[in-house]
Amino acid sequence: MTLSLIIFLPLLGALLPPLFIRLGRTACAWSAALLAGTALAILLYHSPAVFAGETLVFTQPWLPALGLNFSLRLDGLGLLFALLILGIGLLIILYARYYLSEHDPMGRFYGMLLLFMAAMLGIVLSENLLLLLVFWELTSLSSFLLIGYWKHRSDARQGARMALAITGGGGLAMLAGILLLGHITGSYELSVVLASAELIQAHALYPVTLALILLGAFTKSAQFPFHFWLPHAMAAPTPVSAYLHSATMVKAGVFLLARLFPALSGTELWFFLVAGTGTATLLLGAYHALFKHDLKGLLAYSTVSHLGLITLLFGIGTPLAAVAGVFHIINHATFKASLFMAAGIIDHETGTRDMRRLGGLWRFMPHTATLAMVAAASMAGVPLFNGFLSKEMFFAETLHAGWMGEWSWLLPLLATLAALFSVAYSVRFIHDVFFGTGPRDITRKPHEPPRYMKVPVEVLVALCLLVGILPAWTVAPLLAAAAASTVGAELPYYSLAIWHGFNLPLLMSLIALAGGVILYLLRFRLFALHDRIFPLCDAKAWFECGLARTIAVSHQLTAWLENGSLQRYAMLLVASVLIVIGTSLWGTTLTGPVAMGTVDGVTLTGALVLGVSALATVIWHRRRLAALVLLSVVGLVVSVAFVRFSAPDLALTQLSVEMVTILLLMLALYFLPQHSPAESSTARRWRDGLLAAGAGLSVAALAWGVLTRPLETISGYFLEQSKPGGGGSNVVNVILVDFRGFDTLGEITVLAIAAFGIYALLQGLRLPSPTTDGEGRPWAEDRHPLILSAVSRPLLPLALMVSLYILLRGHNLPGGGFIAGLVTAVALILQYVASGVVWTRERLPFDYIKLTASGVLVATLTGVASWWFAHPFLTSTFEYVQLPLLGKFELASAMVFDVGVYLTVVGSTLLILANLGKLTLVSQPHEETK
Amino acid sequence: MTHTIILPVLLPLLTALVLLFGSRRSLAWKRGVSLAATAALLPLGLLLLQQTYSGAYGVYALGNWVAPFGIVLVLDRLAALMLLLTALLSLPALLYASHGDDHTGPNFHALFQFQLMGLNGAFLTGDLFNLFVFFEVLLIASYALLLHGAGPARSRAGLHYVILNLVGSGLFLLAVGTLYGITGTLNMADLAVRVAAAGPADAPLLRAAGLLLLVVFALKAALLPLYFWLPRAYSAASAPVAALFAIMTKVGVYSIVRVYSLIFGAQAGLLADTALAWLWPLALATLVLGALGALAARELRTLIAYLVVVSVGTLLAGFALNNNAALAASLYYLLHSTLVAGGLFLLAGLIRTQRGAEGDQLHPAAPVSQPALLGSLFFIAAVAVVGMPPLSGFIGKLLLLSSVPPGMQLIWLWAIVLGSGLLALITLSRAGSQLFWNTLEITPVAPRADRLRLAAVVLLLASAPLLSLFAEPVHRYTQATAAQLYAPAGYIHAVLGARDIPRLTIGPEERP
Repeated sequence: MTLSLIIFLPLLGALLPPLFIRLGRTACAWSAALLAGTALAILLYHSPAVFAGETLVFTQPWLPALGLNFSLRLDGLGLLFALLILGIGLLIILYARYYLSEHDPMGRFYGMLLLFMAAMLGIVLSENLLLLLVFWELTSLSSFLLIGYWKHRSDARQGARMALAITGGGGLAMLAGILLLGHITGSYELSVVLASAELIQAHALYPVTLALILLGAFTKSAQFPFHFWLPHAMAAPTPVSAYLHSATMVKAGVFLLARLFPALSGTELWFFLVAGTGTATLLLGAYHALFKHDLKGLLAYSTVSHLGLITLLFGIGTPLAAVAGVFHIINHATFKASLFMAAGIIDHETGTRDMRRLGGLWRFMPHTATLAMVAAASMAGVPLFNGFLSKEMFFAETLHAGWMGEWSWLLPLLATLAALFSVAYSVRFIHDVFFGTGPRDITRKPHEPPRYMKVPVEVLVALCLLVGILPAWTVAPLLAAAAASTVGAELPYYSLAIWHGFNLPLLMSLIALAGGVILYLLRFRLFALHDRIFPLCDAKAWFECGLARTIAVSHQLTAWLENGSLQRYAMLLVASVLIVIGTSLWGTTLTGPVAMGTVDGVTLTGALVLGVSALATVIWHRRRLAALVLLSVVGLVVSVAFVRFSAPDLALTQLSVEMVTILLLMLALYFLPQHSPAESSTARRWRDGLLAAGAGLSVAALAWGVLTRPLETISGYFLEQSKPGGGGSNVVNVILVDFRGFDTLGEITVLAIAAFGIYALLQGLRLPSPTTDGEGRPWAEDRHPLILSAVSRPLLPLALMVSLYILLRGHNLPGGGFIAGLVTAVALILQYVASGVVWTRERLPFDYIKLTASGVLVATLTGVASWWFAHPFLTSTFEYVQLPLLGKFELASAMVFDVGVYLTVVGSTLLILANLGKLTLVSQPHEETK
Repeated sequence: MTHTIILPVLLPLLTALVLLFGSRRSLAWKRGVSLAATAALLPLGLLLLQQTYSGAYGVYALGNWVAPFGIVLVLDRLAALMLLLTALLSLPALLYASHGDDHTGPNFHALFQFQLMGLNGAFLTGDLFNLFVFFEVLLIASYALLLHGAGPARSRAGLHYVILNLVGSGLFLLAVGTLYGITGTLNMADLAVRVAAAGPADAPLLRAAGLLLLVVFALKAALLPLYFWLPRAYSAASAPVAALFAIMTKVGVYSIVRVYSLIFGAQAGLLADTALAWLWPLALATLVLGALGALAARELRTLIAYLVVVSVGTLLAGFALNNNAALAASLYYLLHSTLVAGGLFLLAGLIRTQRGAEGDQLHPAAPVSQPALLGSLFFIAAVAVVGMPPLSGFIGKLLLLSSVPPGMQLIWLWAIVLGSGLLALITLSRAGSQLFWNTLEITPVAPRADRLRLAAVVLLLASAPLLSLFAEPVHRYTQATAAQLYAPAGYIHAVLGARDIPRLTIGPEERP
């Protein structure tokens, strides 16, 4: 349990500094240090057990179905890394307190730093590989925030995004690798995975798994060819560079190599992938470091190079190489973090990091210079400093690498070459900054930094010396514990002594030291040569260029796909229909067993009229009024067809819908241009014509297929049940108000919403009113012809009576609320047309919104009423009543429902119409006032 | 007889009517009524979810007409999940709308409630034609909401939206008509029985109708090549409407899952798995094009709209994998993507109002007035939507990736999901850096964000850590849901179990 506190305390701590900043900067730093310090104390409390060889495990299920558990593990390797993260982290907190200026938001800085710390601790303490990945990506995210801390600088923003894209992307590959690893071993728990080396390495998926996991590790640890993000991450404040980009985060990749060493290493593939990449990175980094004029740039490439060295060591794959790798991780973290902090001090005190402008700083800051020199000596691998010890081990291991065959001389040679460069750039770091002439062009007089800014450097430099001089007394137990859990087996014998006698590794060291100094002396010629050879070799430019090209291609693709043309989208929709129906029906027998009926003259004529008027609508669609008239012919023929095939209800409905629709369309047309311009090319028209014909044929084929098959539907039940169950002999109406009353309720709701929607849309709309029609003729002066109004007024009561009749008889005879509502609406619309909006509105003072809503409400409440009788929603009932004079007649609850339908239809039709009508009023106010 | 099943439909409907009757009353009154009714959907959703937890089905026969003759509402795990999700999404969206966007036009709240009615009805109905009706309710209400407080961009995008969807409705009718013509029924359970029993003579017509339905649902869900209307429509809508629309595409996804697991699923005889062969490549292509569209987006809202397209591709790819684990993963992802996309749309609204005339355009502009707060929220939302750990998007992707058995499908899915994840990472890091880092040296003048609007954003975005933290119980439920969907016999039995009860001669009094 306390194990998880090591992670959760810094995580919690991430919230404190932004709050404590109100109490001042020192309090803010203390709040950050407090929880990190507590976490360190807990870690130390657990360390004796780890030194005794135990592995502490804590498990809390998270998503067990997936194998994702919150399980932690503290072993030697984890302990080593956790100590580095927390120890150096505390030093960084102290350092950053003095490094950050007054303008920098300190609370945010510490918050993000602690978030990173927690994530990093999570990586090294995870027992579950998926959990490790969770923390892995969290470090990428928090590193993104930290690199972009100085958000106003474009190099910081670009560096942050690039680091995130590369490390985050690598993390995604690693996720795939881990999933494969889990697939092979059946578990994501390290204890299982680490014990399954044989199973993993014999599996067919091993090469893919290894490659994917290595992608994650290499991107994180800035290995070639992904190394380029690291130098650009140096746009971050120096404490971040010191912490994330030298001591901890970039070590996550090599940590993973160490962590999975027992499971994945030892194969030829591992050797060539890991050692090969490590060697390339080692050389490339060392080479570039020498040619960087920026202090942090030098250190960044040096970090790349040292990470390559560690990778190479793990790639060699022998247990001793792994020990050397772990040892170098410790040493590199100490000397590199202190060098970064020294670079930060120099930057802080002089205002520049350019070595061409620096120089002679020994005079101004001897204390800092001494510290930097010790650390740099360690980096160069000078005896008595810790870097020397691990470098000696490294040289020895390159001599014993397997799999190289007759090329076995190559690795030691390359290692010596890289070390030579490493000496050269270390000398440059010291000599160009602290000695020689200078400084040049700096605005302030340099002096030693605040006392406490140097303390973290002093601590780390002291460690460099202690480890370098007394390795067996200091680092040995920690190294042994970490190395043991890396190798996963009995550790081979190794000696941490400074002196191993005259041997090949020592010779290599001496060559490197001497050669490095010579190289440094030749530096100006080399700089000139380098500038000639590598003028354009900038991976960042390639990355940005590639990204820009991807974005440009996405732009083009998206613009091409989405040209904003409704016609295009409709074409795609129709084409999809054509394809799915075509592929389904092609080559199958469409005609079913039912024989064709006889075709009589009347039906044929009707069909012809229908076809011709439909075609004519399409042909004359640019002449809108004509098209509208033709469209109404289509509707009328359909109504007639309903009559012909004995569907009087449908015919009535169709007829009245037709009238209302055409009227509304006429009103809308008034505001639109009378002609549509011809915009399509001939080819386009052919394409669309063919597509339309195809779609029409597809639908015809469906209809043909259905009509030639016997119809056995649930409608038989409706016919039987209509009278006994629904209480009405008009089956169509009983279906509408009873069997499928819920559909009707939905549809009248749709109608109502449409009306409200149109009402909302037309509110505040101002349209220019045309003064002439499409032919250029002025609209008639007489807006309300006398004859029309004279005829329409007496028609109204008649029409209302008819509609009432249709409504009441609907349950048993053709009719019903829908038709009745439309008839009423048509009669009222006629008043609007004949006498104008103002006149009609004065005489029809209804709130149409409420009328419509009350219709839906009546229908709904009829349904709810059946709850009273413990029946489901919309259960109908009916009763026959005997009344004097009228005789026996039926009262059905469904009829109330039908009244609701009626009200909705009337209300919504009039709501739409009245508001469209008002539009003409708004646009022609003078007409109305006249 | 319990009537709770129909309440998610009736409650919004009655609320909308009450709001219409009070259309002249104060905005505060409307907000109160609307918020109260929407809030009530939350416990209702939980209650219904709890009822289905054991795997039981709730069948509600409307008008007391037995299936397949009458319309039934069917409550199963999937329906309950979708109802709860709708409630979870709509309450914050409405809360946000209640602080500004609802007064730009009349009857916003009534239209919002109608929209909820349509959504809930679509998730509950067990009748194909009734599904059509609720699609219409949805469509017309969403159209009205989309145009609410209109502007030219909104009108144009809205016109495309409504015309395409009306064509879609026509196609829906054609498909339903064909199915009815061949099978003689509209009830989905009954359809499942009859489609499974179809002989080789009828199978092609049924397949054509089934695929026609796929076209309709794909249009709703925004699947390639029918998603092109979405980015403009969603980015033109007001923030709360866009947030609510996050579930509109999911209605299409829901319908696909429902119809192609129940009616045209594995046990559909000659018509088994009709849609899968089409879904798989189209879903993956949608994913890729959506990710590229997001990368190319020049406005935050357009970017989010493309992320909605990406999520649809991911979901349908998961369904096309046709196994229990993949469907469970997809359903988990559905919860995550809906809530987070909704939160992002609301957040984009806040950012827009604080950046002055530049709105949500992705180029340097004045900083927002609350950079730390909005920046943190954006960061969380981005992490979730990209699928980075430790938030829900990561869990969803992890579930999906691990659900696919080794083979070609695995390679395609992993490559595309992970690749598009990387694209999304780049896209959102660029967007975030443009919005919050690359700012001009101008002192922000916009007022601070309204507290309740912030609360709405936080409520929705809180789903990301919560879904991750409680991944286990949520996933257990979606697993059970997937298992239920792939065993449609239970559904069919629940709906049609009592079909043999003779009722030809009973009068109204004795009706059961």
